[in-house]
Amino acid sequence: MSVDLTSSITRRGLADRVLRRGPLEAVATTIIAAGVVMLMQPFSLTLYSWSFATTLFGTVMFTVVSKVRE
Amino acid sequence: MNELSASSRITYRAVMVRPDVARRIRGLSDRTLAWLFITPTIVLLLAINIFPLLWTIYLSFTNYRANRSNVPTIWLGPDWYQSILTDPDIWAAMQVTAHFVIWTVVIETVLGFGLAYLIDKKFRGHGMWTTIILLPMMLSPAVVGNFWTFLYQPQIGLFNYVVAFFTGSAASSFQMLGDVTLSPWAIVIVDAWMWTPYVMLICLAGLRSIPDYIYEAAEVDRASKWRQFCSITLPMALPFIMLAVLFRGIENFKMFDMVNLLTGGGPGSTTEVASITLKRAAFESWRTGYSSAFAIILFVTVFGLANIYVKALNKVKSR
Repeated sequence: MSVDLTSSITRRGLADRVLRRGPLEAVATTIIAAGVVMLMQPFSLTLYSWSFATTLFGTVMFTVVSKVRE
Repeated sequence: MNELSASSRITYRAVMVRPDVARRIRGLSDRTLAWLFITPTIVLLLAINIFPLLWTIYLSFTNYRANRSNVPTIWLGPDWYQSILTDPDIWAAMQVTAHFVIWTVVIETVLGFGLAYLIDKKFRGHGMWTTIILLPMMLSPAVVGNFWTFLYQPQIGLFNYVVAFFTGSAASSFQMLGDVTLSPWAIVIVDAWMWTPYVMLICLAGLRSIPDYIYEAAEVDRASKWRQFCSITLPMALPFIMLAVLFRGIENFKMFDMVNLLTGGGPGSTTEVASITLKRAAFESWRTGYSSAFAIILFVTVFGLANIYVKALNKVKSR
């Protein structure tokens, strides 16, 4: 019986790299910043309409991921 | 002798505590004592922060009007949010806010960093100049708003005379607070005048935190002053600049007092920033539910920005 260790190691490595506080906080920060820009931009009313949802999502995400391990 | 008398005083006081009270206190665990001390703070926080926030969230989903509190409150769901987020007038107010925030932050950062860079050179009397530069930020926004209203007077205002002196035009030929084109810039000038010193202070802290040996090493490597500025000063002061930018951005996003005193949102709605629109909806139209929804939208935005601010602050702390 053979066990494919390579794929599980690669998967765990990727999860370790991505599911950490630093990168996730960076993503949440980018979403918040995008929401604020959408709120105040003068180009599209549709973007303005979605700004609150975007900022709220980013803020909730930031609050959650700030509890994730370093 | 003194030590003895001090220890005897302590013993005397210990004896003075009633035995039943002392026994009761001794019986409490550290955890209970800690809860005993922080409970008043938690109760106060809940009463003046958390409860009003939750109440505002509730009101934002209803048709409640503060001036008609006897009318039955009806649950509307997210109607007010939909209404605000599709309203071109509110969108325009957001753009006025954006104009105010972007220009004040840019001007304050450039001037603040420039001043900090000069003050950091430690010339003769730099302490006195620092104090003089810091004076505007020590004033109340209400005072600043009032005296800049006088400075902007077209007939007697000093600002108009200074501009007239440099441009050659008549002092009464323009109105900073009454002109549709000039009034958004009038509030930017006042805010920049008042808060540039604050940005300077933060930048100065950043510049002072750069160790001298880095510059000495750069001197040894014959790096030019410009190269030292680009490769050492700017990158090492950047977290502090970011902090100042975020702080001023958040503060100006919710700016109310100074703009209300200077222009009251006018002429028309050219200086009607989001907080002025909110005040008009809440206390002139008495649309409490609607204004609660608007307040929550602004709150979430500020809360999001505050998260970024705290992250930047931690970055600065870890240096």
